Amino acid sequence: MIVGEQKPFDEIWDMIKDYKKVLVFGCNTCVAICHAGGGKEAEILASLLKMKATQEGAAIEISHSAIERHCEPEFFQPSMEDVRKYDLVLSTACGVGVNLLSEIIGEIPVFPAINTEFFGAVPRAGEFEEHCAGCGNCILHLTGGICPIARCSKSLLNGPCGGTNNGSCEISPDIKCAWVQIYDRLKALNRLDVMKQINEAKDWSTSQGPRNIKVKLMEENTK
Amino acid sequence: MSFRDIVESGKFVVTGEIGPPKGTDIKEVLHHIELLKGKIDVANVTDNQAAVMRISSLAGCQLCLQNGLEPVLQMTCRDRNRIGLQADLLGASVLGIKTVLCLTGDHVNAGDHKQAKSVYDVESVQLLKIVNGMNNGFDMSGNELQGATDFYPGAVVTPESVPLEPQLVKFEKKVEAGAKFFQTQAIYNMDKFKDFMKYARQFPVKILAGIVVLKSAGMANFMNKNVPGIMVPQDLIDEMKAAGKEKALDTGLNIAARHIRQLKEEKICDGVHIMAIGMEDKVPEIMERAGLL
Repeated sequence: MIVGEQKPFDEIWDMIKDYKKVLVFGCNTCVAICHAGGGKEAEILASLLKMKATQEGAAIEISHSAIERHCEPEFFQPSMEDVRKYDLVLSTACGVGVNLLSEIIGEIPVFPAINTEFFGAVPRAGEFEEHCAGCGNCILHLTGGICPIARCSKSLLNGPCGGTNNGSCEISPDIKCAWVQIYDRLKALNRLDVMKQINEAKDWSTSQGPRNIKVKLMEENTK
Repeated sequence: MSFRDIVESGKFVVTGEIGPPKGTDIKEVLHHIELLKGKIDVANVTDNQAAVMRISSLAGCQLCLQNGLEPVLQMTCRDRNRIGLQADLLGASVLGIKTVLCLTGDHVNAGDHKQAKSVYDVESVQLLKIVNGMNNGFDMSGNELQGATDFYPGAVVTPESVPLEPQLVKFEKKVEAGAKFFQTQAIYNMDKFKDFMKYARQFPVKILAGIVVLKSAGMANFMNKNVPGIMVPQDLIDEMKAAGKEKALDTGLNIAARHIRQLKEEKICDGVHIMAIGMEDKVPEIMERAGLL
C-alpha cells in the first residue's frame, strides 16, 4: 500500500490561511491504514485548523469529508458537486489523489496535507516499512524476495558495501543491511550461487516517469 | 614506471592518500604532495571523501601529476551517473591518469550535503566492468570509443567486515569484474589478516593492507564503536593507554611501522595503503621506522 505522513501542522496552516472556504478531504484506502489521511484524520485535521483559525482571528470556514478512493474518477463522482462549493480542497489523499482531483475539479486548487512516502508493508501494527521501489524491473527472484532497490540505502545490486555493520546499514543502526538479509535468506534457500552471479548495471529507464500502462482488453489479446 | 608495473613487479608497494581541500587554496595539498613525492609509490586522491564536498578527485590527480606524484583516481558512484563516470574516465585517461580505484562511495548521510540526491546509478562491481570495457575500447552501451583507455583498475575490501561472508562474495565479484589490486579497510589484527590473506591468495590480485595510525586509545575505541569493519584489538588499545598522552602518537607510529615491517618481512601481502587522515607529514617517518626508506 501507499504510505504517507501528515505534513507539519504549521506548513499546512501556511498553505490554507488565505482561503475562505476549505474542505479537508480524506481518502479511506491506503492513507487511512497508515493513519495519515483517512476520514478520521481529515476530521481531526479540520478541527485543529478550526481552532487555529479562531486563535488567529481568521474567518475561514473549514469542513471535512472523505471518500473510499482518490485514485479513480468514479469514486469522486457522487461528491463532486459538494466539493466544488469550496475555494480550496486540502487533500489528505496520497499524491496520486491530489493529481487526479486537480485534473477533474476545474478552477479550484487542491493542496496536499500529507507527504506521500513509499510503498510499504505493515510488519507490526503501527509500523510501516518500505519494501518496493516500483522500479519497473523486478529482480526479487534473484535476491531471496528482499528488494535491494528499496531496502539498500544505495540500491546496490551485487552485495553489501563497506558500510555494512553487524547487520545494520551505515546510515542508521535501526535500518537492516538489505544485503546481509539477502545473503542469509539465499543461504537458507540453498541459493547462494545466485548471489555469486554479477548483476549487470540496472536499466533504470523503467523506473523513471512519467510512466503509464495501457492494458489490452481480453479480446485484443486473443486476436 | 607506472603503478601497474611496480606492483606487478613484486615490489612491496606503499600507497598513500591525498585529500583535496574544500576551497581553492591549494597550498597545503601541494605541501602534502611534496612530502610524499619520491617516498610512496602512488597516492590515492579521494573523491569527496565521506561525502564531504571538496575539489574533485580528477582535479586533485592533475595536481599530483603536475607536481611529480603518481596518482590513483578514486571514483565513487555516489555523485555521478554512468554518463558522468565514463566522461570523467575518458578525461582522466587523456590527462595521463593510469590507475583507478572503483568504489561505491559513502552515503550522503555521512557528509556535509545531507539533502543531496544520491546517484548510485551503478556501483563498484559494475564500475570495474565499465573500466574494463573502456580499456577494451567500448563504452558501457557497446559504442566503440575513438581511442581506448588503459587503466589499471583496483577496488577495496573490508577483511574484518561483520558478517564477513557477504563481503567476500562481493570481493569475488570484484575480482571477476576485473579488479587487479585491492586496498583494504584499516587492519590492526595481524592474525586475522593472515587468515584473510590465506583466502585472498587464491585469486590473481594484489592486496595492499590498509594502515591508519592510532593517535590515542580514545581514537581506537571511537573507531571500534563507529567505523564499520574496523576492529582495534584490546592489546593495542592497552599499549596506547600505557604510553600516556605525551607518547601516544609516537606509540601509534611505532605500531603502524611494526605492522608494516611484519607484513613485508613475512610476505603476508603485496604492500600497504597508508591513510594518514591529516597526518601526511608523519608518513615518511612511519616508512623510515618500518625500514622502507
